[in-house]
Parts: sequence; structure tokens; C-alpha cells
Amino acid sequence: MTTRTSAIAATLLTAAVAFTLAACSSSGSGTETPAAETPSATATAPALEGSITVFAAASLKGTFTELADEFEAANPGTTIELNFAGSSDLVTQITEGAPADVFASADEKNMAKLTDAGLIDAAAPVDFATNVLEIAVPPTNPAGIASFADLAKPEVKTVICAAQVPCGAATVTVEQATGVTLTPVSEESSVTDVLGKVTSGEADAGLVYVTDVIAAGDAVEGIEFPESGEAVNTYPIAPITASKSAKLAQAFVDFVTGSVGQGVLADAGFGKR
Amino acid sequence: MPSRRRPAYAGVPGWVVVVAVVGAAFVVLPLVAMVTRVNWAEFVPLITSESSVDALWLSLRTSLTATALCVLLGVPMAVVLARTDFWGQKILRSLVLLPLVLPPVVGGIALLYTFGRRGLLGQSFEALGVTIAFSTTAVVLAQTFVALPFLVLSLEGALRTVGTRYEAVGATLGARPTTVLRRITLPLVLPALVSGAVLSFARALGEFGATLTFAGSLQGVTRTLPLEIYLQRETDPDAAVALSLVLVVVAVIVVAVAHQAGESNGFRRRASS
Repeated sequence: MTTRTSAIAATLLTAAVAFTLAACSSSGSGTETPAAETPSATATAPALEGSITVFAAASLKGTFTELADEFEAANPGTTIELNFAGSSDLVTQITEGAPADVFASADEKNMAKLTDAGLIDAAAPVDFATNVLEIAVPPTNPAGIASFADLAKPEVKTVICAAQVPCGAATVTVEQATGVTLTPVSEESSVTDVLGKVTSGEADAGLVYVTDVIAAGDAVEGIEFPESGEAVNTYPIAPITASKSAKLAQAFVDFVTGSVGQGVLADAGFGKR
Repeated sequence: MPSRRRPAYAGVPGWVVVVAVVGAAFVVLPLVAMVTRVNWAEFVPLITSESSVDALWLSLRTSLTATALCVLLGVPMAVVLARTDFWGQKILRSLVLLPLVLPPVVGGIALLYTFGRRGLLGQSFEALGVTIAFSTTAVVLAQTFVALPFLVLSLEGALRTVGTRYEAVGATLGARPTTVLRRITLPLVLPALVSGAVLSFARALGEFGATLTFAGSLQGVTRTLPLEIYLQRETDPDAAVALSLVLVVVAVIVVAVAHQAGESNGFRRRASS
């Protein structure tokens, strides 16, 4: 009886540890590139074919998922694998040898890390979109936020990104430009976490990107503020030099910077480069 | 007549040893890999920076508080589960142990809907003027939630193993239930209580997902060591690795203490039988 209990206990414990480990390691995986070279299609089509993996900043998830589908539809025989994560996570993954063919960063700093490391040709990156900050508040705006300065009021629970991540760096820039010093209740490590605190109503306001407010739909209300123009985030994209499908990688970059790509990005709230 | 000498033990099959070595390497190698990345020249400045010290101090304080809460709530839970018999007990036990197998983020979301501003209990707390969101209290709650099952599990197992013989004798000699609990039951399972508490402490110290979801991240208030490591990784991988090493060292010490307590538990059990 007792041995049975402890055996169950041991199983549970093992399961718990395994589960925790799995939960920890799940982020950033799932980037396997399936060998999608279909030999039958090689004979006739001189056009693009094969498979590439695009590493894109988390804020591009909606737009790049749509763009990859449209690219595949326009170029039968091609497969675009997508991997979304924070830009600095993606840089780490690429530096450590992850199989990427294209990198789309949410800021120029992270792109510079890869050009400095020689993994991307210094002349290759093209700016394809911009993004600015916007105030996100829960529906009905319970704290009555109307301006950037309102966020500094002591009774307002404001959540921002930590200065270490791009959205936090933009927040610091706006603070310095306006002379308004925020006293946030939390400095999150990603836009998603800021948005989560606002949608759940824990925070009265959060500073995220315009595109995040649009993507969140009815869950939050967006409040534009003119000072956001002080910190415009530029998104560069470039093929990885070592890509085995350089032609396809370049074609995808051209697609994103072309009219279809720009249209999809504009619909999502991104600014023109 | 069987020989007095014990039959020579055949020994562990070679293949078992080989697999065991592979398993051990799987656990140890990543730790070694991490140590090789530590920037030793900068190690002391990195772990003694203000944000690092704040994070370590906060982690130790909240983990200790959470452990105390685990003991306070967990001992009665273990006693009830081990010594009573009632309808639905098995279901209750499974539910109580649920945080063991639940991804921590899920725990964080559940806590948010309970203690959050718009949560089940949060609104009542708010009416009393107590705000839990974004406070150190929220960190302690998150840690207690995930660590409690470890204490209940190890203590309940020990209670079942020691049996009720001594308690029954004590009761026939006229001791009241509380006296039996205090003078007989708890001293018998003290080693298991200690090792259970140490395990809870370790789990609380490593807690990340629930804290991030439920409590937020602010230096000195809610940003514990795991959250600080996660954030530092964005800009300063050296600091992240150095802090990770600190966490590993603390964890190793904790495991050693738990093991020690477990050993003495074993001795005691053998001596009493």
C-alpha cells in the first residue's frame, strides 16, 4: 500500500519535472526545415522552388503568416517556414547555428549584431516597415487616460517594457524627449506581457506598439499620442549570407518590400519605411 | 540448509551502466557548458550589480516566506490526506497535486483570475484596500501555489510509511489528538518535513512562469532572480550566465540539504522498525 503511494508520488514528481522542462524549452523550437524538395517539380518549372525558413520578430507574426501564405500561393512549389520570437532571441538562435534563410528584425540594433558577426552581408538589410508606440488601455478606459503625461500620475497603474527590450528602449526615448518620468508598476520583458496585463484589467494602461493595439482587437483601446513620433522603430529584413536557397530568400525579401508586402503591413498598422 | 553467505551479487548489467552514464551526461553536460561560458573576469561585478543583488535578495525573501506558508498550510493538508478517510479524498488529492503537472503560466493565469483586480477574490480584497497585483505578495502567492504540492506529497508519503502504531499507543494513554500530533506524529516525520520544505523552497526559488504572468516584473518588488536572468539575457548575456550560475549553486546546496534530510529519514525509519 505504502510502496504503491510512493511509487505514484515518484511518477508524479518525474512527470512534473519533465513537464516543467518541456514548458521551459518549448519557446523557440519548432523550426525544423522539412526537406520539401519535390523531385517531380524540378523538370518543367524554371521558377522558384524549395523551402526556406524565415526568422521574424514576434510583432510580425500576423503579417508574415499572411505574407508567407500569399508568397506560397504566388509561387507554387515553394514552402516558407516561419519562426517567431523576440528579435534578440532570434539573433542568439542564428548565431548558435539555427537554420535560417531570412531574418526580419524589430529594430536595427539586433540586425547590426548579425552584420557585425558577418552572418549577414553589411549592405543587405532593407528597412521595410516602421512602428510607433501607442497607449493601450482596457475597454472603457477606467482610469481616464488621455495623454502620455497621464501615465505618470501616481494613481495610474502603468505597465511598460523594460529598457533592455526594443519597446522599452523606445519608451525611454519618449520619456527623455517629453521630460515625463513614468513610475511603472511593472517593467515587462515583452510586448505580449504588457498587453496581457492590460487586457486582464490588472493595469490601467500599457505602452505597446500601434500594431499590437490593432492586433488585440476589442480587448484593448488604443490612445495615440503625438510624442510617439520621438521614437520610431525601424524594421530591417535581410537574407542570411550562408543560406542554401539564396535565390528564394532574396525573392521573399523582395516580396515583403514590394507592393503586396507593403499593403499587408500597412493594413496591420505598420508605417511606411 | 541455505548457505549463511549471501549469494554473490551478479552486479549491474553493463548496458545499464552505459545508459545511466548517458543519462547523467545529459543532465551534467548543459551545466558544464554553462560554466564554460561564464566571464570570470567580470563575474563578481556582474553578480554584485544593484539589480542582481536586488533580485537575489527578493528571491530569497519571497522563497522563504512561500516555504513558511507551505509548511503552515501543507502540514495540515498532509495529515488530513494521510490520516482520514472520506468520500472524494482521491479526487481532492489529485486536485491538490495539480500544480505539479500544470505549466506554471497556467497557474499564473488561474491566480490572476482569483486574486487579480477583477478576479474572484480580488474585488473583495480591493474593497478592503488590499491590492495584490504587482506586489511582492503576488510573488509569494505564485511561489506558494507551485511549491505547496511538493511539501504535501513528501509529508503524506512519510506519514503513511510510519503508520499509526505509536499514535494509537499515545491515544490509549490518554493523549489528546493535538498532543499526539505535536509529540508523536510530527517528530516521527520531521526529516520528511524538512526535506519537503527544502524541495518547496527550491521550487519557489526557480518559479518563473506564474510570477511573470501574475505578479509582473519590477526591480526590488517583483523581479525575482529567474525574471532578472530572463531580462538580462536580452542585452547582457554575460550577466545572465553569471546569475544563472548563482541560481545553480543555490539549487545544488538546496538539493544537498534535502538529500541529507532524506538520508537521516531513512536511518530513522530503519532504526524504528
